[in-house]
Amino acid sequence: MSRPGTEQNPLRVAIVGSGPSGFYATEALIKSGLTTRVDMFERLPVPYGLVRSGVAPDHPKLKQAMQVYAKIAESPEFRFFGNVSIGKDLQISELRELYHAVILTCGAESDRRLGIPGEDLKGSHTATEFVGWYNGHPDYRDREFDLSHDTAVIFGQGNVAADVSRILAKTRDELKHTDIAEHALDALDKSNIKHIYVVGRRGPAQAKFTSKELKEFGELADCDPVINPEELILNAQSEAELEEKSSAGNRKVYDLFKGFSEQSASDDKKRRVYFTFLKGPVEILGKDRVEAVKLEKNVLSGDAFGQGARGTGEFTELKTGLVFRSIGYKGVPIEGVPFDDKRGIIPNTDGRVTDINGTIEPGLYTAGWIKRGPSGIIGTNRADSVATIKSLTDDLESNTDSAQKPDDEALVKLLQNKGINYVSFADWKKIDTDEISRGEPKGKPREKYTYVQEMLDIIK
Amino acid sequence: MTTVVTENCQRCRFTDCVAVCPVECFHYDDEMLYIDPDVCIDCSACIPECPVQAIFEEDDLAEDQRKWIEINAERAPELPSCSEPMDPLPGADERKAELGF
Repeated sequence: MSRPGTEQNPLRVAIVGSGPSGFYATEALIKSGLTTRVDMFERLPVPYGLVRSGVAPDHPKLKQAMQVYAKIAESPEFRFFGNVSIGKDLQISELRELYHAVILTCGAESDRRLGIPGEDLKGSHTATEFVGWYNGHPDYRDREFDLSHDTAVIFGQGNVAADVSRILAKTRDELKHTDIAEHALDALDKSNIKHIYVVGRRGPAQAKFTSKELKEFGELADCDPVINPEELILNAQSEAELEEKSSAGNRKVYDLFKGFSEQSASDDKKRRVYFTFLKGPVEILGKDRVEAVKLEKNVLSGDAFGQGARGTGEFTELKTGLVFRSIGYKGVPIEGVPFDDKRGIIPNTDGRVTDINGTIEPGLYTAGWIKRGPSGIIGTNRADSVATIKSLTDDLESNTDSAQKPDDEALVKLLQNKGINYVSFADWKKIDTDEISRGEPKGKPREKYTYVQEMLDIIK
Repeated sequence: MTTVVTENCQRCRFTDCVAVCPVECFHYDDEMLYIDPDVCIDCSACIPECPVQAIFEEDDLAEDQRKWIEINAERAPELPSCSEPMDPLPGADERKAELGF
């Protein structure tokens, strides 16, 4: 028998997760020149991970990446199995029986915690919950956010913090022709939020926003950005950071902050987004629910590009009824796969899954955020998945194991025997078409189904 | 708005950008790369990858570089797609040094 990857012995691969990394891994396998069969598993009935339920609804162009994935999905080597949860419906051990390789591309599904008192008070949320809610992710469909207060505080200064604060800042008119979930549009329409604080532990030179995301705050219909110019005074190390050629992006962000600080907010606009820096959250205060946040003034210490925030012992309080933490995503463990709890990733060497001591688990691979942590944007994951597939194909060459794996039917039979009602790509296309036509009368690109059962009813 | 490859790419063509393009919108000729604005989703992933800072968001283009918007739009669709990184052009490293990178 020949090595896996030939006509007689196709390389059989299972991919767990249907976001960008999963699709780019599929693409790389199809382009590898090997004869492959790729089965992708997704716990929801619908594919595309954070492109569907993370990318903000008012960024429709980024969502066009879905068209690329749909094209990859048309490849004859590919099958989609939605509504199948790995670790619950099917075990990793079962996948390892059926496939030469299992690639985990399930992203970073939870949030890092602040680790401060009061974090779990009512009214304190993760950015993930809010993002999932306005994007119609079934896990977050029924979350409630109390928008009756006038002030919201967001901890974090990356693009997710920008998305959360921008969605809070926008009017119904600015959102009604996006694919924002209807329940969120209605709730946001009744929002009383007027003051939105975006709080960073470090300074304006270290903010993680992209200039493109930040620029949008200067173009809002009913909200102006506000920055105290004094907060933009930099220490020598931060000046040095911004002068580096490689810091062109941070420099643009800083210049935008500067521009915001020089404008006075318009009295005609109802809302304000305040960018504030060098403040660390030390406690979320409140009796039964969030009433205020306690912040400690920070200073930066260390060399340029290695500056950390250090508390000064000087505290302030900010009254608020709604808090979001957006300080980074974190992966969640999958039954049967090693997990590095500290880093929130699957331990790996160049995409080869290892145990916590670095010993390789043959046949297990990983790509995307669950491999390297939640950094980079959609395209970053393409290069990352290509690197993992390179490891996989290199391993095939050095491995003399020529074991053949069961044929395409074996998985289908296993799912049927277990009574698992899986969703094929053709099924998804029905849901897709239905969502698009539901959106049409409202001038929306789609109206998403937000409950799993609704999705399954479409394809009955 | 779109994203544009400009003259620093000429005689370099490092293609680091191509590896992170989520939608395969780069095309190439013997001189440089071009972005197809109808396919590009403005994610900006490519911009920091370029070792000679040849790629810009349209709004950030210097006045004398704005001609590249049209050149990219015209050239890209008629050229072969570049979906995987290629070797840089001969002399690319010298050109990079010349450009001060």
